[in-house]
Amino acid sequence: MKGLKKLVENSKNVIFGIAAAPGIEIGDAFLYTKEILNINANHTDEPEVAIEHLHEALQQSKKELSKIFDFAKSKMGETRSAIFEAQLMILDDPVLISNIESRIKKEKRFPEFIVNDEISKYQQLMIMSSESYLKERAMDIEDIKNRIIRNLQKKRWASKIVHDVLVVTDNLTPADALLFTKSNVKGYVTDRGGLTSHAAIIARSLDLPAVVGTHNGTELIKTGDKLIIDGFHGIVFVNPEPAQLEYFEDKIRRLALIDDELKELKDEPAITTDGREIKLLANVDVTGEIDMVVTNGAKGIGLFRTEQVIEELGEFPDEEMQTKIYSSLATRIYPDIVTIRAFDIGGDKVKQLHIKEANPFLGLRGIRFLLENLDLFKTQVRSILKASVNKNVYFMIPMVSTLAEIIKTKELILECSNELKAEGIPFDPDMKFGIMVEVPAAAVMAKEYGRPVDFFSIGTNDLIQFLIAVDRGNDFVSDLYQEFHPAVLKTISHIVKEGKQSGVEVSICGEMAADSLAVPLLVGMGLDSLSVSPSAIPSIKRTIRSISYKSSIRLVDECMAMDSIPQIIAKIEKFFKEHNIQRTRNIL
Amino acid sequence: MIETTIKIVNKAGLHTRPAATIVKIASKYKSQFYISKDGLKIDGKSIIGVMTLAAELGSELFLSFNGPDEHEMANEVLDFFNRGFDEQ
Repeated sequence: MKGLKKLVENSKNVIFGIAAAPGIEIGDAFLYTKEILNINANHTDEPEVAIEHLHEALQQSKKELSKIFDFAKSKMGETRSAIFEAQLMILDDPVLISNIESRIKKEKRFPEFIVNDEISKYQQLMIMSSESYLKERAMDIEDIKNRIIRNLQKKRWASKIVHDVLVVTDNLTPADALLFTKSNVKGYVTDRGGLTSHAAIIARSLDLPAVVGTHNGTELIKTGDKLIIDGFHGIVFVNPEPAQLEYFEDKIRRLALIDDELKELKDEPAITTDGREIKLLANVDVTGEIDMVVTNGAKGIGLFRTEQVIEELGEFPDEEMQTKIYSSLATRIYPDIVTIRAFDIGGDKVKQLHIKEANPFLGLRGIRFLLENLDLFKTQVRSILKASVNKNVYFMIPMVSTLAEIIKTKELILECSNELKAEGIPFDPDMKFGIMVEVPAAAVMAKEYGRPVDFFSIGTNDLIQFLIAVDRGNDFVSDLYQEFHPAVLKTISHIVKEGKQSGVEVSICGEMAADSLAVPLLVGMGLDSLSVSPSAIPSIKRTIRSISYKSSIRLVDECMAMDSIPQIIAKIEKFFKEHNIQRTRNIL
Repeated sequence: MIETTIKIVNKAGLHTRPAATIVKIASKYKSQFYISKDGLKIDGKSIIGVMTLAAELGSELFLSFNGPDEHEMANEVLDFFNRGFDEQ
C-alpha cells in the first residue's frame, strides 16, 4: 500500500474512480463511444461485405422494432402506434434501400455514413417545412436512423476487438456488456456509474477488474494507450512508467498465488468455526459462467437472471427455447439447486420496450410487468416447471410489493401444473416457490408474505436504493448508497426474523453478500444462504470459515445498537482484526 | 398514364397512419405511382418519401399512375383519399 501511495503521488498519469470489481489488469485501451453517434465516413475496400452488414443491421433493427410495435399496439392501440409501423416500413422502403445500396457500391464508403446521409436528406426536407408536425416527424425518423446506425456499428465494434483490450467507455448498458462478454475484453473503465452499475456487476461476475465513475476517463484515454487497471483501489494508470509497471506486474504474480490458495478451499464446506453451515450459492448472469460456479465451489445457483437470456438472444425466447436453456442449466448443476428468477424487465434492465414512464424504477417492472403480460409469463412458468423434473429447481419472482402478486403467481403455477399434467409432461409438483424481498413494503410485511411461499431472497441492491431513496447509478448521490446504514441492517434483520417465524428459508442475493465485511453480520443475523458472483465465492467462504456463529451474533447485537455508519464499519473492521481474518484487498 | 389532382379532406392532414396505408396500397400494384407537391416529386411506394410531404387539410397533391394495372391502382388510392383516410 505504501508503494502504491508513492506511485500515485508522484504521477500525472493517474485517474481515480470507484473500485467496482477487484483485480489488476495491464493492457491496451479500447475507447468505446456510443452516446454520441460518431459516423465513420471511411472508405471500404469491400462494398459487397458492407452491403451484407447493411442488411444484417436492417434485419436486427426489424427484429427490435417488431417487438416494440407489438407491444405498442397492445398498450396504445393500432392508431397511436402507427409511428412504429412506419419505422418498420422504412426498413423495407424500396427507394431508400436501393439508393443506399447503390451509393455504397459507387462511393465505397462505410454503410453508416451513407445511411446517415440518405436519411438526413429527408429529415432536412421535413425540418424546412412550415408545418410543425413535420418537424416532429423528423425526430421520429432520427430514431430509426440511429437504430440502423447503432446496429451497423455494433457489427463493426464486435469485429474490431480482435486482441485483448481494456474497454474505456462513458457508461455501459447490459446489452453492451453482453456484447463484450463475447469479445476479448479484460477489464472496464467507465466515466459514470457506481458500485452496483451494470458495468460493475457484469465485471464482477466475469471476474474482470473494473474502475467506474472516473468522470473523465474517456477524455483522458485514447484507443491504443497502455493502461493499468487496479480494481482493488479504483485507480487507472495511463501509459504507465517503468516503476509503475514493475510494481503491478509483481502484484499480479502475488494475486495469482492467493487465488490458488483460495481455490484449494473449493471442496471445503462454508462452515463457521462452531459448526453452522451457510449455503454458498452463485449469481449467474450469462450461461458461460456455470463453469466458474463449479470450479469455485458454490453449492448451486442462488440467482439466475432470466432477463439476460432476452439480452443475449435479442428477443423474447419461446417456450421451447426457454425450456432448453433452463433444463440444461438444471442438468449441469445437478444435484445442486438452481434458483430461476422470472424476467425482471423494466427499470433499467431491458430497454427494448420503449414505454415512456416518468419514473421507470417505480413503474411497470418485475412481477407487475409479468402479470400485465400473462401470455409471456405463462410461457416462462411452463418452461421452468418442465425444467424442474429433477427436483432441483427453485422459482422466484422479482419486485413483489403486494400479497395479491404472490397469490396470482401461485394460481398461475397451479394452472400451468394442471396443463402439464393433462399433457403428460413430467415436472416437480413440489417445486419451491419464493419471492425477492427488495421493496420496503415486502420487507415490512415479511411475516405475512412468508406464509404462502417457501423462501425469500433478499435483493439488497434495490432494497437499499428504495430504503435510502438513492439511485445507485447516479454518481452525484451514490455516496449515500450505504450497505452499513443502520436502517439497512435493521431491515435485513427484520426480514430474516419474521421470515423464519413463517418457516421460510432466507437467502440474500445482492451485492452486499459479496462484501466480505458484511459476511459476519449476515451470518449472525441467521441467513441460511448467501448468493454472490462466482468470483467472490472463495474469499467469502474463507471469511465464513474463520468466524464463529456465536461471535457473529454478538457482533450483530453490537452493530444494531449503533446509529452511525462509520461506527458500524469500524466495529466490523475491529472484528476482522480480532479474528485475524485476511481480506484480499488488505493483502495488496 | 393517369394524372389527377386531389385535395386533402382529412382534418389531421396526411399524417403517419394514412401515409403508411397509401404506401401499402401502392405496393400491391406493379404500376409506378408518384406524388408531387410544391415542386417535390416522391415515389408513392416509399414510406419515407410520403412522410416528407407536408399535406395539411385543404392542400392539393398531384398524383400520377403509370403501368399495367394503373387503373386499379388509381381507383384504390383515390378512393382512400376521398374517404378522408377512413378517419372522418
